[in-house]
Amino acid sequence: MSASVELQDVCADFGSFRAVDNVSLSIEAGEFFSFLGPSGCGKTTILRMVSGFISPTAGTISIGGKDMRNQRPNQRPTALIFQNLALFPLMPIWENIAFGLEARGVDKKTRRKRAEELLALVDLPNAADKTVAQLSGGQKQRVAIARALAVEPSVMLLDEPLSALDLKLRQHMRAELRAIQKRTNVTFIYITHDQGEALAMSDRVAVMSHGKLQQVAPPREIYNQPATGFVAAFVGESNIFSGTLASRSGDRGEFQTESGVFKGRLGPDIGDGAKLYVRPEHVKLDAAAINGNTIPVEVTDIAFEGNFISIQTIDATGRTVVSETRNDGTASVPDRGTKLFASFDADKAFILADEAKNQPVAAA
Amino acid sequence: MNDLVHRYGTALTLLMCLAVAFWLVILVIVPNLYLFENSFRPYLPVQDMGGPKDVYTLKNYLTFFNSPIHITVFISTVLYSSIVTVICFVLAYPLAYYLSKKVSVKSLPAIFLLLTVPLWVSEIMRSFAWFIILSLRGPLNYLLINIEVIDKPIRWMTGFRSVIIGLVYTYVLFMLFPIYNAIQSLDTAQIEAADDLGAPWWRIHWRVILPHAKPGIASGSVMVFMLSAGSILVPTLLASTNSRWFTEIIQQWMFESLDWNTGAAYAFLLLILCTVFVTLVMRIFRVKLSDIAK
Amino acid sequence: MTTKKSDFLFRLYLVIFLAYLLLPLIVMGGAAFNDSRFPSVFPWAGFTLNWFVELWNDARLINSFKNTILVALAVVLLSVPIGAAAAILINSIGGATRSILYGLMVAPILTPGAVIGISTLLFWNKLAVPLGLHLAVLGQVSYIAAFVMLLVLARLQSFDRSLEEAALDLGASHSMVLRRILLPHLYPALGAGAVIAFFQSIENFNITLFTRGPYDTLTVYVFSKVRSGITPTINALAVILIAVTLTGALVVELRRRRVQAKSA
Repeated sequence: MSASVELQDVCADFGSFRAVDNVSLSIEAGEFFSFLGPSGCGKTTILRMVSGFISPTAGTISIGGKDMRNQRPNQRPTALIFQNLALFPLMPIWENIAFGLEARGVDKKTRRKRAEELLALVDLPNAADKTVAQLSGGQKQRVAIARALAVEPSVMLLDEPLSALDLKLRQHMRAELRAIQKRTNVTFIYITHDQGEALAMSDRVAVMSHGKLQQVAPPREIYNQPATGFVAAFVGESNIFSGTLASRSGDRGEFQTESGVFKGRLGPDIGDGAKLYVRPEHVKLDAAAINGNTIPVEVTDIAFEGNFISIQTIDATGRTVVSETRNDGTASVPDRGTKLFASFDADKAFILADEAKNQPVAAA
Repeated sequence: MNDLVHRYGTALTLLMCLAVAFWLVILVIVPNLYLFENSFRPYLPVQDMGGPKDVYTLKNYLTFFNSPIHITVFISTVLYSSIVTVICFVLAYPLAYYLSKKVSVKSLPAIFLLLTVPLWVSEIMRSFAWFIILSLRGPLNYLLINIEVIDKPIRWMTGFRSVIIGLVYTYVLFMLFPIYNAIQSLDTAQIEAADDLGAPWWRIHWRVILPHAKPGIASGSVMVFMLSAGSILVPTLLASTNSRWFTEIIQQWMFESLDWNTGAAYAFLLLILCTVFVTLVMRIFRVKLSDIAK
Repeated sequence: MTTKKSDFLFRLYLVIFLAYLLLPLIVMGGAAFNDSRFPSVFPWAGFTLNWFVELWNDARLINSFKNTILVALAVVLLSVPIGAAAAILINSIGGATRSILYGLMVAPILTPGAVIGISTLLFWNKLAVPLGLHLAVLGQVSYIAAFVMLLVLARLQSFDRSLEEAALDLGASHSMVLRRILLPHLYPALGAGAVIAFFQSIENFNITLFTRGPYDTLTVYVFSKVRSGITPTINALAVILIAVTLTGALVVELRRRRVQAKSA
C-alpha cells in the first residue's frame, strides 16, 4: 500500500536559477514526512518532481525502489493535493472523488459506491451529490483528500493544503490529516512554510533553504538540536550572538562575542560565519551572577503572551536578549529597568554555521 | 508548447497545431501573398499565361496612379470613411459614458437588448431601411413637409451625405461597445476624486475618462473605418452617380472587366490603406494590437 | 457631477439614440404590410399580406435560404474547432511568438471583406478549385475563426490550469483531460462562438460576393433584387428575418436569466 521515496543528488534548474541543489534523502514507507522552509526554498519544486510535473535536471527519484525517470504524472503511484485543492467545479462531489477511478475504467456503479465509502472515511457522508461551491473550506479539504485516496496511491503529496483555512480549522485539520495518514498507512509528503504544522504532524521534517537541505530529523531534534543557524532561526525563536570561535574541545567550543565569551555545543561543518544561538526559554534571569555564560542585563519590556511570558532585556553592548518563562500562574515578573543577570546552560547553546555548506545567510 | 504536450499529449497537440496551421497558412497568409503576387502580373488571355508576356510588372498599380478618377474616388473613400468614424465617435462617446457610469445596473440588460437589435438585422436590410427613408417620396420628406420644415421634397441621395448617413447608422454600434467596455473598467472612485478636487466636467472627461477610454476608442475607430472603407452594400444602395466608393471600382475590375490582376492590385491598395490606418491609430493612441482586437 | 439637468439630457439622448436605431427598422417592417408597389409607409395604401405570399412563391429565394444555412453550418463546424485550438495554443505560449501569432490571428478581423474575398478567390482559382459556396465557407472561416479564438481566449483566462494537472495526477489520459476538464469549462464560450459564427456567416456579404460563383446566398440574393427592381417582398423577408433572430435572441437572453437566477 505505501512505498518509500528516494531522492539521490537531485537538482532542478530554471534557466540559470538553481531551485533545488543536490538533495539526497530517503523517506520510509508509511512515514509522514514534511518539507519545511520559506517560500522559494525549493520545497514545491521537489514535490512537483516527485509527482512528475517537472523532471529533475540531475539526479534520480525512485518510488518503492523503482526509478521514476520518464514516468508521467498519470503513471506514478502518487496522488497530489494541490495548494488550491484543484477540485473540479463542474462535477458533483462524488464524481470528483471517483475521477481517478473513471480514468481507470471502473464502471459507474462501483465508482459511486467507492466514492461514498471514501466520503464516510473523511467524515463527510451525504455530500455525494453536492457541488464544490456548496462546501465549506474544511469540507473541500476532505473531498480533496478523499479524491486522492480513491486512486489508492502509495505516496500522497500535499502542497500546503491547509494554508487557505482559518486558524481554528487549520489546527483541527492537522489532527485529522495525521489520523487519516495513520489509518491508511500511506506515505505522506507534506510541504509547508508553517513550522507548527510540520512539527505537530510529521514523523520527520526536512528543513530547506535556497534549494539545499539544512537538516533532516524528527521534529524534536529539529527544534532541540538545530544543525544550522538557519534551522535555529527559522524554527522557533533564538537569541543570536555574532562572534568567532575561540577554542574547541570535542563537541564543545568557546565563542568570543562582544558581550563576552560563551560556552556552547558545536554544530556540524562550522566555518568562519558561525554564530551562537540560544532559545529564549533557555535564558534564565537571576538577581546574582552564576559562573559561566552569564551577562548583566537590564529589563526593557515585558510581553504577556498567555501561556508564557516574554521578557526583553539589553546587555551592556545594547544587544537585546530575550528570555521566556512558562506562565504557571505564580511566576514572578521583574519590573522594567530591573538590573539582572541573564544566563544559559552551555548544553542549550549552539554554535552553528549560518546554513548548510556555507551558503550565504538567508534573509529572515 | 512542451506544456501543451504535457497536458494533452502528442496526438492532440499535433491536431491543434494542424488546425491552426490550416487556418493561418492556407486561409490567411498564402492567399494574401498570392493576392500580392498577382497584383504584379499582367491580365492576359488564358493562352498567354505562363508565356513570354507573363512577367512581373507595375502596370496594374500604374493604372491606378494614372487615373485621376480612381485617385479621386480613393481619396474621397478615405475622407468620408474618416468623417464617418468621427461622427460615430461623437455619437457614441456620451452614450457609452452614460451607460457605463450612470445607468442603474438593473436596466442595463434591457437597454442592451434594444441596442443590439440592429446587429441581428443584416447590413443589407439596414441599408435598405435608409434607402426607403431617404427616397424622394419617402417618409422623411413626407414628415418634413407635413410639419412644414420644407415645402418641397429634398433629394437626399445625392453626393456622399446619404452614404455617410447609412454608414454611420450601420457601424455606430461598433464604436459604442468598445468604448463602453473601456469606460466601464474605470474605477468610478477616480471620477469622484477628480470631481471632489473641483475639476469641471469637461476637464474630468479630458484628463480622466478619455485617456482611460483610449483602447476602446482605438478599437472602435479601427473597426468603423475598416468596415466603412470596405463597405460594398451601403455605397451601392445609397450612393448616386456622383459619389462612388473605392470598393465599387474593385468590383468593376473583378466582375465587369474580369481583370482579376488589376482587381488584386486595387484590393491590395485597400488592404494597405487599412493597415496604415491601424498602425496610425496604434501610434496615436499608444495601444497594442491586443487592446484593439478584443 | 451628476445634476438633475445633465441626467435628464443623458436620458433624452438615450431615447433619441434608441429611436434612431429602431425607427428605420420599424419603417422597413411597416412597408412590408403596405399595399403599394414601391416599399414605403407613406402614403399608406392599405394593409396587405401579399408581399409575404409573393416571397413564399419565390423559388430562388427558398434556394438561397437553404444555401445560406448550409454555409453557416459549415462555417460553424470549421471555425469553432479552429478558433478553440488557436486560443488553447496561444494561451500556452509567451513572448514574441505569441505576439506574432496573435497578430496573424486577429489580422483577418481588421481586413476588409473584399480583400479576403478576392485573395481567397485568386488562391483557390490557382489550385483549379472552382468558385462556389465551399470557397465562401473558407473565406468566412478565415475571419470568423478569429472571433471564436478571442471568445475562447477570454474564457481561458478564468481557467485554473491546476485542474488539468490534478486530473493527470489522478491518472486521466490526455483525451480525458480535454473531454472532462477543459472542454466543459469552455462550453459557454464555444456556444457563444457557434452562435456568433452562425450569424456572422448569414450576414456576410463582402466575402461571399467574390467567392460564391453562380450560387446565391440570402444577402447576395437580396442585393441582386435591390439592384434589379425594388419590391416590398424584400421588406417582407426582412420582417421574417428580424422576427426569427429576435425570437432567438430573446430565448437566449431568457435562458441566461433563468440560469443566473438559479445560481444566485
